Amino acid sequence: MTDDERLAIDGPADGEPEPALGVEAPLGTAEEALGNVEAPQSDEDESAEPEDEARAAIPAPPPAPPSDRGAMTRPRWTTIAAKEFADHILSVRFYVLLLILGVAALIPLYFAAEQIRSLASSASGASAVFLALFTIGPQGIDFLRVDQFVGIAAPLLGVAFAFDAVNGERHEGTLPRLLSQPIHRDDVINGKFAAGLAIIALVLAAVLVVISGFGLLRLGITPAGSEIVRLVAWYLLTVLYVALWLAFGLLLSVVIERAATSALVGLGVWLFVAVPYFGQLLVSLIGGVVVPATGSADQILSAASAQQFLLRLLPSTLYSEAGIVLLNPAVTAVSTPATLDQYTQLQEQIPSLLSLDQSVLLVWPHVVALLALTALCFGLAYVSFMRQEVRA
Amino acid sequence: MIPPRPKSRRPARPGTVRPATQTPPGAPAPAAPSAGFTGTPAGGAGRPAGAPGRRPAPASSARYAPAKPSPTPPQRREPREIPPPLPPEPAAGTVPLPITTRGLTKRYDHVVAVDGLDLDIQPGEIFGLLGQNGAGKTTTILMLLGLTEPTRGWARVAGFDPTRRPLEVKRRVGYLPDAVGFYGAMSGRENLRYTARLNGLARRDAEAKINEALDQVGMAKRADDRVATYSRGMLQRLGIADALIKDPTVLILDEPTTAIDPIGVVEILQLLRRLARERGIAILLSSHLLSQVQSVCDRVGIFAAGRLIGVGTVPELAARFGESDDLVEIGFDESLAHAGPDDPTLAKALATLRGIDGVRAVEPGSGPLDPVILRADAGTGGKVRASILTLAATGAVPLTSVREILPSLDDIYRRAVEQRGLDRSRRAAA
Repeated sequence: MTDDERLAIDGPADGEPEPALGVEAPLGTAEEALGNVEAPQSDEDESAEPEDEARAAIPAPPPAPPSDRGAMTRPRWTTIAAKEFADHILSVRFYVLLLILGVAALIPLYFAAEQIRSLASSASGASAVFLALFTIGPQGIDFLRVDQFVGIAAPLLGVAFAFDAVNGERHEGTLPRLLSQPIHRDDVINGKFAAGLAIIALVLAAVLVVISGFGLLRLGITPAGSEIVRLVAWYLLTVLYVALWLAFGLLLSVVIERAATSALVGLGVWLFVAVPYFGQLLVSLIGGVVVPATGSADQILSAASAQQFLLRLLPSTLYSEAGIVLLNPAVTAVSTPATLDQYTQLQEQIPSLLSLDQSVLLVWPHVVALLALTALCFGLAYVSFMRQEVRA
Repeated sequence: MIPPRPKSRRPARPGTVRPATQTPPGAPAPAAPSAGFTGTPAGGAGRPAGAPGRRPAPASSARYAPAKPSPTPPQRREPREIPPPLPPEPAAGTVPLPITTRGLTKRYDHVVAVDGLDLDIQPGEIFGLLGQNGAGKTTTILMLLGLTEPTRGWARVAGFDPTRRPLEVKRRVGYLPDAVGFYGAMSGRENLRYTARLNGLARRDAEAKINEALDQVGMAKRADDRVATYSRGMLQRLGIADALIKDPTVLILDEPTTAIDPIGVVEILQLLRRLARERGIAILLSSHLLSQVQSVCDRVGIFAAGRLIGVGTVPELAARFGESDDLVEIGFDESLAHAGPDDPTLAKALATLRGIDGVRAVEPGSGPLDPVILRADAGTGGKVRASILTLAATGAVPLTSVREILPSLDDIYRRAVEQRGLDRSRRAAA
């Protein structure tokens, strides 16, 4: 939104007959909201009451002089975003996280290298060998797959670049000074979010390039065009997933007064949501109570799908399901079969490869859910920041 | 776009609004109107109709019209002072007052932080807002900047409503917050550059402004060190430089001298005076260190429990809240100072002093070297001093020093608060 549009909303052309009356109108609307409605026409009667007489004793303010806004070229949030981005780039935490994520991706890649090489030789012309770099773990251990590893480590990025965004400024005493500059209050939070997003995109791109480079050099695998497109789709998905964590971290930094506390809360949530073992343990505990998996095959299957539903309440599940579909064209379904019939149907299905648009269609609900969660977190952070007192 | 709106804003219930709208009976008149405002209760008559972007004037003035006769309810023992109406609209091309507030009130849940503040600050004026911690100074400042919304009343800063047009206000107001902070990893200069960018200054202008501001506050030497290495006082200086970057027409300084050493305070106050005189910047500064800002303020407002209990120049306030007599202090010649009380020369000298027109009493100091204090009728202090000097010149009184004792702001503040406290207890008793 440009400055002018914003002013048009914030400014006097507000629909309310407010400006000429100063504080009068807000009080009036508040009274109306309480049912104590007084028609604005009945001015004479109104002023007969002592309360209104006292209120009217405040004279009306003078009209505002014309604004002399001259060279307002760049939106202010970009200035804030640029500064935050520079801060992040130069910060220690940036390099530490780059290292963590790089190592996290390279270790499984190293172990999986042999396996991939054999895969490449045995199944030349088979499906998406280059993408196997991301989806195959050493000795088939899922936990050590690159995409899984990124899924675990990447949320840390989001939390790390946002947990002290607002409460840090508050603690340093820079927030009142920043807010007294000619910027809108939301420019601060928008700028910080944008900078965080940019830095995350940068880190993830770097990791992606390193892994791809590893594949190209060490294994001699070249990606096909469709594989590159899938990789980009997965990259965008990952950025979205981390954006959710960024928004969550931002929310923590607004709501929680101390940076150390918000970091701790962020890490705790990360542990139970993003780390597969803990989250799944929790969900299967709950699921086991709600839908016990006993009895016939149908019952067991329905229990499994109920568990899956519960798991999908976790954004980490949404991300890993969507990720594997995007990276592996051979994955044709994200849901476990709910009935025995569906199960047999799935067994009898001829293994096929999905085209990218089919894969995207399959994970579209996941993407939408992740987007909604991100918007929710950011919206909450935004609203609470706008309503907060400058002095907390 | 959701406008910034503090959580605690709750003007909704009519029951809670009512008390704030009434001046408690017996309370001293809030905020003596400034010179610019003659208290003719002419309603909104001076307001021009149909200013751009606002509701047609007739409707609103009709709404306020019944306030003109100011019918004071009989139960009020003292007539409530109706805040003066607005002055006639300045002609096109004239600049609006830097700061104007009427009935500005801020209520947090159950605490009234600022209660019906009426204030006018002229261009080039240094106005001191004095009060203890928690008196409502910072809340007032935040309302002036649009960083918090008033519960009632209005403020205009450089002619703009801080609540509705915060950007216009912030573009013109330099603000030094209480306990100002900077980004520790950046140098002082880089911090100022960031401020300049946020204000949309072109790069070359910005560098010139930054250098000028750093020079003015005496921070040019340390400007390229990391802020994390700065002392509290240096941060405060940098904060003033930061407020000057945008070339403000209004400076609002919250406790500008708190952490600065005594020599630094003098420098800073000189700087403020220069800015006000040379550039016509209106300066509102808040402080609880009364004696420090006494010398620099053109007018001061004494703030206690959210109310302005006295506004004026220091002498004016002294006349209102200070000693009722003028005091002149004289130091006798050493030979006389050591003389016993029966010494004829001393007795003669004292008698001569007592004979000066206007002198009511002569109070010898308790010790031999303590100065003698002459108590004179209010307003005659200067004349009495002149007479003493004439006497000294003729040799009738052997003196080494003559000095008029002006009541310090600390005294005035204490008395003002005491008087108000007395008012309150009297009202409670009644």
